Amino acid sequence: MYQIISKKALAPAIYEYEILAPKVAKKAKAGQFIIVKVDEQGERIPLTIADFNRETGTVTIVFAEAGYSTKKLGQLNAGDAVQDFVGPLGVPSHVDKLGTVIMVAGGVGVAPVYPIAREMKIAGSHVVGIMGARNKDLIFWEDRMKEACDELFVTTDDGSYVRQGFVTDVLREYIEKEGNPAMVMAIGPLPMMRAVANMTKEYGIKTMVSLNSIMVDGTGMCGACRVTIGGETKFVCVDGPEFDGHLVDFEEQLMRSRQYKSEEQQAMQQSSCGCGGGGKCHG
Amino acid sequence: MAKQIIPKKHPMPHQDPKVRAKNFDEVALGYTEELALAEAERCLKCKNPMCMKGCPVSVDIPEFIAHVKERKYEEAAKVIKRTNALPAVCGRVCPQENQCEKFCIVGKKNEPVAIGRLERFVGDYMVNKEAEIEKAEATGYKVAIVGSGPAGLACAADLARLGHSVTMFEALHTPGGVLMYGIPEFRLPKAIVQKEIQNLKKMGVEIETNAIVGQIASLDELLQEEGFDAVFLGTGAGTPYFMNLPGENYNGVYSANEFLTRSNLMKAYCFPQCDTPIKVGKKVAVLGGGNVAMDAARTALRLGAEDVYIVYRRSRAELPARLEEVEHAEEEGVQFLFLTNPTKYVGSEEGWLTGLQCIKMELGEPDASGRRKPVPIDGSEFVLPVDVAIVAIGQGPNPLLTKTTPDLETNKRGNITADETGKTSKEGVYAGGDVVTGAATVIKAMGAGRVAATSIHEYLMGKGPKKN
Ligand SMILES: Cc1cc2nc3c(=O)[nH]c(=O)nc-3n(C[C@H](O)[C@H](O)[C@H](O)COP(=O)(O)OP(=O)(O)OC[C@H]3O[C@@H](n4cnc5c(N)ncnc54)[C@H](O)[C@@H]3O)c2cc1C
Ligand SMILES: Cc1cc2nc3c(=O)[nH]c(=O)nc-3n(C[C@H](O)[C@H](O)[C@H](O)COP(=O)(O)OP(=O)(O)OC[C@H]3O[C@@H](n4cnc5c(N)ncnc54)[C@H](O)[C@@H]3O)c2cc1C
Ligand code: SF4
Ligand code: FES
Repeated sequence: MYQIISKKALAPAIYEYEILAPKVAKKAKAGQFIIVKVDEQGERIPLTIADFNRETGTVTIVFAEAGYSTKKLGQLNAGDAVQDFVGPLGVPSHVDKLGTVIMVAGGVGVAPVYPIAREMKIAGSHVVGIMGARNKDLIFWEDRMKEACDELFVTTDDGSYVRQGFVTDVLREYIEKEGNPAMVMAIGPLPMMRAVANMTKEYGIKTMVSLNSIMVDGTGMCGACRVTIGGETKFVCVDGPEFDGHLVDFEEQLMRSRQYKSEEQQAMQQSSCGCGGGGKCHG
Repeated sequence: MAKQIIPKKHPMPHQDPKVRAKNFDEVALGYTEELALAEAERCLKCKNPMCMKGCPVSVDIPEFIAHVKERKYEEAAKVIKRTNALPAVCGRVCPQENQCEKFCIVGKKNEPVAIGRLERFVGDYMVNKEAEIEKAEATGYKVAIVGSGPAGLACAADLARLGHSVTMFEALHTPGGVLMYGIPEFRLPKAIVQKEIQNLKKMGVEIETNAIVGQIASLDELLQEEGFDAVFLGTGAGTPYFMNLPGENYNGVYSANEFLTRSNLMKAYCFPQCDTPIKVGKKVAVLGGGNVAMDAARTALRLGAEDVYIVYRRSRAELPARLEEVEHAEEEGVQFLFLTNPTKYVGSEEGWLTGLQCIKMELGEPDASGRRKPVPIDGSEFVLPVDVAIVAIGQGPNPLLTKTTPDLETNKRGNITADETGKTSKEGVYAGGDVVTGAATVIKAMGAGRVAATSIHEYLMGKGPKKN
């Protein structure tokens, strides 16, 4: 069991947990993820490592309640524990002194962007952060991002905070003014990453995105996470999660992310496990 | 005077195909004591027992059967356990028709002795008995086992018995490897596998789940920082192969590993009580003809699919699956499309699978494997309407560990190179099972685990008493 050391509500339906997992904390690197399974009946849910502390042995995750399983995770409190917590998974981000790098975060994407931005700055890059959300309520970790970036821009879709517009609007303005950066990295919902990749392609800027495909094991065993990169099939969990945004088949990823839409609705209608082990849940 | 032999094996009691096609309970119910005794009578206790030559770990078959005849089941179990740690598992999943039973003398004129069924009988008899644990004095040496499939389990058991301190690392949240996530409950009840794992724990073997070696610690770190004196790698062949056909990423196309893992390990069959969903489909095509394909097809049927097809490019005679499983699949209503090769997936605009385009094949000249090579018949393409397709054409080695251990030699398929004693190119590191041989069988993996345990023991003893 892995204990939840602290819980914070960052925004409506967005939580930050610090989880005691010393072995994962010891090895975690920016860009990697973990898989959490809440209880015996639980799904294996992939979540990015948003932060880690090797001294306290804790790993920070930030998640938005998307469907049944993340809602169930969100119901836990500090002091509770999750049954399984495995990682670190995936290939760490390539962090280097690269000149100017623009880190674009959409929604919950701030969480995975933050440790990469921090490491990039430590490595000596000039880090420009752009974070966007639908509205003011959904903005979090602005303070952390300020620290991790040399420059930070914030935008909201509805203009309820700082300025109105999408992250791509801010990105285009920055590029038009300052010229091409060495690299853009975008993490957030698939349509947002697609929009960033389409835009940077016009300018010929190298762009990395972090894909959040549906996964089961996260160890390369099931193939659920497959994605087409430049015409080749790759597994997000072992080959990624970061890929060259200009090579990703986003249409296919969007379509694949909808695979369990109808099952998801079915799960949401049930409140708790009613099988009491008779369904062999506990077998 | 020659003994009169009953020409046929005593039949195995089974769940009715119509009933069992709708549940996950075990299909073959096992011999009763009467049946086991009667079947044991068929064994001739040959002076030169050919059956043993067909057994990859040389179980002393005539001796264990002789004990069964005398109703000394614990003695029988002891004999089997000398070379095979998991009789209840192997009695169920070994391809006996290609191993021991293929060579059985009785089988020359009649049906061979049902060695597998007798092994299962003995194994099941022991499952609920407290295993007595004989352990050597502690040596002080620490061995890490990576992967808890049959190879790792067998290796761990032997090393623990020899007095070494053993820690097993498993990537998934449940130990057992393919026995847990791949082979379905109706063929191998999970309780049996867990019972064996409990026995290992009783012997003092530590099992760390959710621990991926290569990610949580490299091989070098295990050896240099975590104080392990030797390592056994039994990481299996878990990476699914796809056919690289157009449309392979449509929604509804699964690897068999994903389909079976969702159902077995994640218990998707009780969704939504359990949280992991699975798309079952009304019409399901399974690509391939091995055990994995049979398991996927029969699982789909049990989850509620109306039509399940096995699409296989050769003919029935070449099916690589265990005969028993093929027969069970047929009885349950799985439909076989032989000499049929998939060429492309057909899908809807929204990205959902709607059909599998196939071409009919005929058998031509023998190929390198000695089997007649299937060749496509021009113009015979047709589309099989299906909403789920399950690819079961094989698996390769898991790359997680080898990627982070550059000095560990692998071949061009990514399998770890090990000699016949399990020794790899790296000092103190041994390997065995599917990760060395490519996808093979439970008994071969166990055999390799045991051989490696012997060489690890020799290696450690060669270092003299453990210095602290
Ligand atoms: C490497 C990786 C890192 C991730 N990091 C984070 C993170 O830091 N914070 C965070 O909030 N989320 C993250 N995600 C996404 C998160 O895993 C999903 O939101 C979660 O699995 C949804 O689970 P659910 O059961 O609540 O919803 P589901 O029941 O799975 O369904 C919710 C909806 O989301 C879709 N869906 C299912 N799984 C995923 C998925 N993995 N990604 C996108 N959509 C999915 C379904 O089709 C459904 O419509 C990450 C995903 C990956 C692969
Ligand atoms: C569906 C299916 C049906 C089958 N049916 C039969 C049958 O009827 N009869 C038969 O004889 N054989 C059958 N087989 C084949 C048989 O199961 C395998 O040959 C056997 O399990 C191989 O054992 P193994 O110990 O080498 O590996 P596995 O059983 O694959 O176990 C490897 C374990 O290592 C873990 N692992 C991998 N990498 C790491 C890492 N880096 N760190 C920690 N852990 C790791 C994996 O999670 C896994 O649990 C079947 C296989 C499948 C998939
Ligand atoms: S070959 Fe057949 S008859 Fe002879 S000992 Fe083996 S099982 Fe018995
Ligand atoms: S999640 Fe199973 S292979 Fe990537």
